[in-house]
Amino acid sequence: MSDPKSIILNGEQRRTSASTIAQLVRELDLLPEKVAVERNGEIVPRSTLETATLGADDRLEIVHFVGGGAITKP
Amino acid sequence: MTEDTWTVAGRTFRSRLIVGTGKYKDFEQNAAAVEASGAEIVTVAVRRVNVSDPKAPMLTDYIDPRKITYLPNTAGCFTAEDAIRTLRLAREAGGWDLVKLEVLGEARTLYPNMVETIRACEVLANEGFHPMVYCVDDPIAAKQLEDAGAVAVMPLGAPIGSGLGIQNQVTIRLIVEGANVPVLVDAGVGTASDAAVGMELGCDGILMNTAIAEAKDPIRMARAMKLAVEAGREAYLAGRMGRRKYADPSSPLAGLI
Repeated sequence: MSDPKSIILNGEQRRTSASTIAQLVRELDLLPEKVAVERNGEIVPRSTLETATLGADDRLEIVHFVGGGAITKP
Repeated sequence: MTEDTWTVAGRTFRSRLIVGTGKYKDFEQNAAAVEASGAEIVTVAVRRVNVSDPKAPMLTDYIDPRKITYLPNTAGCFTAEDAIRTLRLAREAGGWDLVKLEVLGEARTLYPNMVETIRACEVLANEGFHPMVYCVDDPIAAKQLEDAGAVAVMPLGAPIGSGLGIQNQVTIRLIVEGANVPVLVDAGVGTASDAAVGMELGCDGILMNTAIAEAKDPIRMARAMKLAVEAGREAYLAGRMGRRKYADPSSPLAGLI
């Protein structure tokens, strides 16, 4: 863990002490192996989540699979 | 009799029905419908996790991705960039590269934007994806997609979610005749006979969501669709009789009393 910093997570501001992306994912009560992460517009490969350091003001998108079909309307 | 299978991007499947996982009452109903449909592939969407409720039930808890192939789709994307970004994330989340590409043109009709679709298809194919692509029922566009790296072309039978059935059998048939990759009708099926028509036209499969999810009894309709796809396929392989303008008696005329 590191000093608290401010990040943008899924479009919303959030403060966290996590120093890596994997720590942040666990802090959110999510499993790193069930999500995909994009940081500042770039995919973070799952194999590097444990070592990817989280910087102040990083913009993160954390996504997973949900139900959807041919018909999912925007 | 050899088993009737179809192959896309090197993966072989027995079921020719692909079902969506949207619009269901709950995950239990969704999982039961998938089971009843016999589908081996389901389409899924990629969305932001619910940060405020991370323990909310997840699709993967009900439909096992080790048994059923998840086909991440780009439903809701209106530009090539959005679709590409979504599928890059999907590949990272799922670890596989067979994906469904759709780039919509407008919210009112949900018709595909083929210029953006072809552009996205090229980029994705170059990045090692295997895109199965939702498209207009246009044989030329279908060939262009194939050239752009599509591993399957999936023309609409009618607008998404309309349930109107296959509106232009001629163009679907032309696409089937010209394609070197699997052709699946994607969108527009309303009831079992629509699915059978698509298969009788020689399509390799049918993709649907609303026709099952919005049926009064989705699980029973899922079973109906399974049977319709099988029946349509059998009829296609059997080769239908020719059409005649006039009656032709089935019983011999000789020996009438």
